[in-house]
Amino acid sequence: MVNNESEMSDVSNELEQLQDPGAAPHVLRHADTDPKAEKRAERQVAILFTLSGLSSLLLIYSYVFVATDVFIFIPVMGDQNAHQLGLGLGMAFSLLFLGMGAIHWAKTLMPETEVVNYRHEFRSSDEDRDELVKTVKHAAAEVKLGRRSLIKRSLGFSLGLFALPPVLLLRDLGPLPKKLLETTSWKAGTRLVTDPGNRPILASDLEVGAVVQTLPAVAEDTERLLSDVAKDPVLLIRLRPEDFQLTPEKLAMTHDGIIAFSKICSHMGCAVALYEQQTKHLLCPCHQSTFDVTRGAKVIFGPAARPLPQLDITVDDQGYLIARAPFSEPVGPSFWERNSQ
Amino acid sequence: MTTAEQRLGNAANFVDERIGAAGWVKKSLNKVFPDHWSFMLGEVCMYSFVILLLSGTFLALWFDPSQRDVIYDGVYEPLKGIKMSAAYASTLDISFEIRGGLLMRQIHHWAANIFMAAIVAHLLRVFFTGAFRKPREFNWILGILLLTLGFVEGLFGYSLPDDLLSGTGLRITSAIIQAIPLVGTYVSFFLFGGEFPGVGFLPRIFTLHILLIPGAFLAVITVHVMLVWYQKHTQFPGPGRTEKNVVGHPILPVYMAKAGGFFFIVFGIIAFLSAVASINPIWLYGPYTPGQISAGSQPDWYMGWLDGLVRMSPPLETHAFGHTISWNIMIPALIVPGIVFTGMALYPFIESWITGDKREHHLLDRPRNVPNRTALGVMSITFVMVALINGGNDIFATNFHLSINEIMWFSRISIFVLPPLAFVITKRLCLSLQRADRDLVLHGLETGRLVRMPSGEFVEVHAPISDQKRFILTSHEQAPALEFSATDARGVKRPGAIKNKVRARLSKAHAVGLPKVSAEDLKEIEHH
Amino acid sequence: MKRLSRYRRHRAAAPFLLVVALLAIGTTFNVASATVKQSPSSYARTAAIDEGKQIFLKGCSSCHGLNAEGGAIAPSLIGVGAASVDFQVGTGRMPMADMSTQAMRKPPVYNAEQTAALAAYVASLAPGPAIPTDSVLNYERDGNTAEGGELFRNNCAMCHNFAGQGGALTQGKYAPTLMGVEPKYIYEALITGPQSMPVFSDKTVTPAEKLSLIKWIKAAENEPNLGGATMGRIGPVTEGLLAWVLGLGVLIGIAVWLTTKAR
Repeated sequence: MVNNESEMSDVSNELEQLQDPGAAPHVLRHADTDPKAEKRAERQVAILFTLSGLSSLLLIYSYVFVATDVFIFIPVMGDQNAHQLGLGLGMAFSLLFLGMGAIHWAKTLMPETEVVNYRHEFRSSDEDRDELVKTVKHAAAEVKLGRRSLIKRSLGFSLGLFALPPVLLLRDLGPLPKKLLETTSWKAGTRLVTDPGNRPILASDLEVGAVVQTLPAVAEDTERLLSDVAKDPVLLIRLRPEDFQLTPEKLAMTHDGIIAFSKICSHMGCAVALYEQQTKHLLCPCHQSTFDVTRGAKVIFGPAARPLPQLDITVDDQGYLIARAPFSEPVGPSFWERNSQ
Repeated sequence: MTTAEQRLGNAANFVDERIGAAGWVKKSLNKVFPDHWSFMLGEVCMYSFVILLLSGTFLALWFDPSQRDVIYDGVYEPLKGIKMSAAYASTLDISFEIRGGLLMRQIHHWAANIFMAAIVAHLLRVFFTGAFRKPREFNWILGILLLTLGFVEGLFGYSLPDDLLSGTGLRITSAIIQAIPLVGTYVSFFLFGGEFPGVGFLPRIFTLHILLIPGAFLAVITVHVMLVWYQKHTQFPGPGRTEKNVVGHPILPVYMAKAGGFFFIVFGIIAFLSAVASINPIWLYGPYTPGQISAGSQPDWYMGWLDGLVRMSPPLETHAFGHTISWNIMIPALIVPGIVFTGMALYPFIESWITGDKREHHLLDRPRNVPNRTALGVMSITFVMVALINGGNDIFATNFHLSINEIMWFSRISIFVLPPLAFVITKRLCLSLQRADRDLVLHGLETGRLVRMPSGEFVEVHAPISDQKRFILTSHEQAPALEFSATDARGVKRPGAIKNKVRARLSKAHAVGLPKVSAEDLKEIEHH
Repeated sequence: MKRLSRYRRHRAAAPFLLVVALLAIGTTFNVASATVKQSPSSYARTAAIDEGKQIFLKGCSSCHGLNAEGGAIAPSLIGVGAASVDFQVGTGRMPMADMSTQAMRKPPVYNAEQTAALAAYVASLAPGPAIPTDSVLNYERDGNTAEGGELFRNNCAMCHNFAGQGGALTQGKYAPTLMGVEPKYIYEALITGPQSMPVFSDKTVTPAEKLSLIKWIKAAENEPNLGGATMGRIGPVTEGLLAWVLGLGVLIGIAVWLTTKAR
C-alpha cells in the first residue's frame, strides 16, 4: 500500500488494465417466462390506469358538486377544504396512477434487452474541413473586402451607429433620480399622525416605553403616494430623558424624552419596527441590524453601516408633536451620490 | 393489413411526401439512452418547466398585473374594505373565487420550487460525475445560464402578487441595484419607473416573467437538450461500456414509456403537494406597503443563500468625497455571487487546464475516483448551506430557542472555517473509499464466516466479487500529474514560469489517488 | 326652608358645607373621569390586598423587593397596575422559573383568587392600568376585523409575524405566538407592555382599535388553512424544506424505482 502522496501521482496506466469481461448473463423477469406472472403484471397495469381514470372523475365531481365552503377534518392536517382537496387529490392521483401504470408496463412487460449504439467522432473529416476553408476563402476573395476599404469603413460607420438607438429608446423607462432620493414629505411644522388612523399625537399621549408608528400629516382627502410611504414613516419612542446618551445637538432634537427616527432601515430599506422596550434597541427583521435608541439609533449589531436618521421634533402651540425641520440627511439605503459624512 | 395499420400508413405517407423524414425518424426511434436514476434529474427540471408553462398560462388568464389601487370587495372578510393593488386583489380572487385557482397557484409555486431544486441536484450530478468535460463544456455553460434565468424568473414570479413578503424582497432588490456605484440610482429608477416602489414595475416584470424569460428558457432548453441528443448521453463505466458506445434502451418503446410515465409522475407529485400542503398564502401576509414588515421575512429557498450572506456581512461602507460605497451590500449580493457563477461556468476549462486533459470523455467518473473535484464540490455545497441556514436565522431562533446574535456569529466564522474543513474531510473520505474498493478487488467480499484452518488459525472467508464488479472498480483512469520544468534544456528560465508552477501544483493535488488494482496485482494475489 | 336657615350661623355650618362641597366635587370628578376602575366592596378589597401582600412577600419579594421597589434582577412593580399582575401571573410567566433571557408562558403557579389578590395588592401601591372587564372586551361587537388586520400589520407583525406565530428578538429573546391567547391577556399585554413589548396606551391605539386587533387575531386563529396543511405559517423556509424533502426526495425515490430491474 503506497502511503506517500508524492509517489501516488507517478502510478499511471502503464500497468496492465483488467480486461472487459463483457456483460453479465441476462436474467429474465418473471413475466418473461411465466404466463401467469405476465397476466398478473397486465392486470396490475390495468388497475393503475383504471384508478387514474377514477381520480379524474373525482376531480370533475369535486369541481361541479362540492361547495367551496365545506370543511372536513383530516387527522394530522386538521380542517381541510373539501372542494380543494377533491380537486387537488383528483388531479394528483389521475396523473400519478397514469405514470405509474406506464412505468410498471415498461418495467415488467416491455422488452428490456439493452441495445448498443456507436458513437461517431465529432471532429469533421479533414476533407470537409478543407472544403469549408476553401469555400469561405473563395467567397471572401470574390467580395474583395480587403481592397474595398471605402465600403468597409462606411459599413462600419452604419453598423456601429446601430448600437446606440436601442439603448436610447429605453431612456423613458424612468425619470432621472436627481434629488428625489434626498427629500421626504417632512417639512418644518408637519404634524406627526398615527399610522393607520391619521390622528395627530399629543406629547402627553405617549407613556414611557411606548412606541408609535407615524406618518406626516397630509391634507384632507389626499391620497399618500406609495413612493412617499417608502420614505416618510417615522418611529416615535418615549424614554425617560435621563436614559439618553446623546450629543447636545441630537438631544435638542428630542422633546421631553420623546425621540423620532426614520423607520426605513439605513441598510436595505425594510421597516425597522421592532422595538425592545427594556433594552431600548430597535431590530430590523430583514437582516437583524440592531440600533441603540439611547445613542441615537447607533448600529450595534448587523450589517447596517449608518444609524437611522433622527427627525427634529417639538410640539406646536396645541401640544401636538410636529417636525421642527426636514431630515438632515437622505433616509433609507445608501447610494453612490449619498454624502454620508 | 388491418384498418388501423392502413390509416396510420396513409397518414405517414401524407407527411412523408411533404417532408421526407422517414430516415431521421427511424434513426431517432432507435436512439439509445442509458438507464440510471441520476440521469432523470434533468428530466425533472424539464417536466416541471412544462408544468410551470401550463399552470402559468392558466393564472395569466385571470391575473391583473397592475399597481393601481383598488378597495377589496371580495369574499375574504379580513381584507374587506382594505386598499390594495389590483395585482394583489386579482390574486385573492384567483385564490378564493376561481374554482381550481388556488390549486393552480399552488401547483405553479410548488413546481417553481421543485424546478430550482431539480436544477441544483442535476447540476451537482453532472459536476460530481464529470459529465461537463469535453465535448460538453458548452452544454454546462448553458446549464449555468438556465440556473441564473431560474433565479430571476422565480424572483419575479413570487413578486407579482404584490404581497407584504415579496414586496419586502423587491425593496431589498432595489437597494442592491441602488448600491451599484455610479449607475445604481439610474438603473434602479429606470427599472422601477421612478422611486421605489414605482407604478410601472409590476407590469414590467409581468412581461418579463410570462414572455421574455420563458422565451429565453425555451430557446436555451431546446439547445441544451438537442446537444444531449446529438452528442449522446454519457454513461457510467461498466462491462460492455466504452468511450465509443452507448448502452441502454431504445426510445421506442421502453424509454418513451418510462420517460413519458415519469412526466405524469412529476406532475402528479407536484399536484399532490399542491393538494395537501399550503404554499404562499398571500391573504395572510397582507398587501404590500413599504411601512410594514413581518418578523421572519425570507425569500424563496433558492435566494436564501444570498439573504444569508447579506445578513452576516460586516457593516462596511466607504464614505469619501461626497459619495458612498456600500461594501456591506455589494460584497454579499453582487461580488460573491458574481464570482460563484463565473467560477461555475468556467469550471470545465479550469479543470482541463489543471489536468492538461484535452480528450473527449463519455464515460462518467465515480466521484470517489476524483477526490479533488468531489472535495471541491462538497466545499461549495458547505459554503452555500452555511449561507442558507443563516438566511433563516430568525426562524431557527424562534423555533429552537436560540439567539440570532449567536447564530450570526456562528455563521460568520463557519463560512470561512467549514468549507476548507469539508474539503479535507471529503478528500480523505474519497481516498478511504478507493482503499475499500481496492481491498474488495484484491480480497473479495467479507462474508463474516470464520473457518478454522488445520494449523489452528482462524481465518475469515472472503467471497470473490464478480468479474463485472471487478471491472467496474478498476476501469477508471488515473492520469499522472502535469510536470513543468522551470528552465529549458539550456537552463534558460521559461516565460510563464509562475503560471506553470501553479498549474503543476494544482495538477499534482488533483491527481492524488490510490493506485488501482492492475492485472499483475491480481496474479500476485493468486499465489497467496 | 326656614328650618334649615336657622342653622346658617351655626359654627359647624362652614366645615360641614366644606365637606359637602369636597364630596360633591370629588364624586363628580371621579364619575366624569372614570375609565375602567373596579370597585369591589371596600371590605373585600382590604382583605384581598392583605392576602396579596402575604403571597407577594412569600413568592415575589425575593426578586422584586420587600416593597415591590425592584432591584438589580427585577423591575419595580410600583405603578404597573393590576393588569400587569393579572397578565404575568395569570399566564404563568411570573414567578419566573429560571433567570433565563425571557419569562416564558407556563402553567400558572397561583389560582385565580390568589392572582386577583396579588393584583389588588400591586394596584394598591400606586395607580396603574386596571384589569379590563368583560363588557370592555366585547370584540365581536365592537371590533372590525379588516381594520384589525391593518393595525396588526403596522404594530404587531414585525415582532409576532404576519399570522401571529411569534418571532425572534435579539440575544435569544422572542415575541411569543399569539395563537390560543385569551383576549383579556392580549388586551393587558397591549396596555402594560410586558418585558420587551412596548406600551400601546389607549391614546395611541384606542380601546376600539385594540378590540379590532383582538378580533383579527381570533379570526386568524380560527381560520382554516385553505390550501392545505401549513407548516406553522412561517413562510418560505418550511416551504423550501418541504420542496426538497417531500418534492425532490420522493421524485428521486421514484426515479430509483423506475430504473431498477423488475423481478
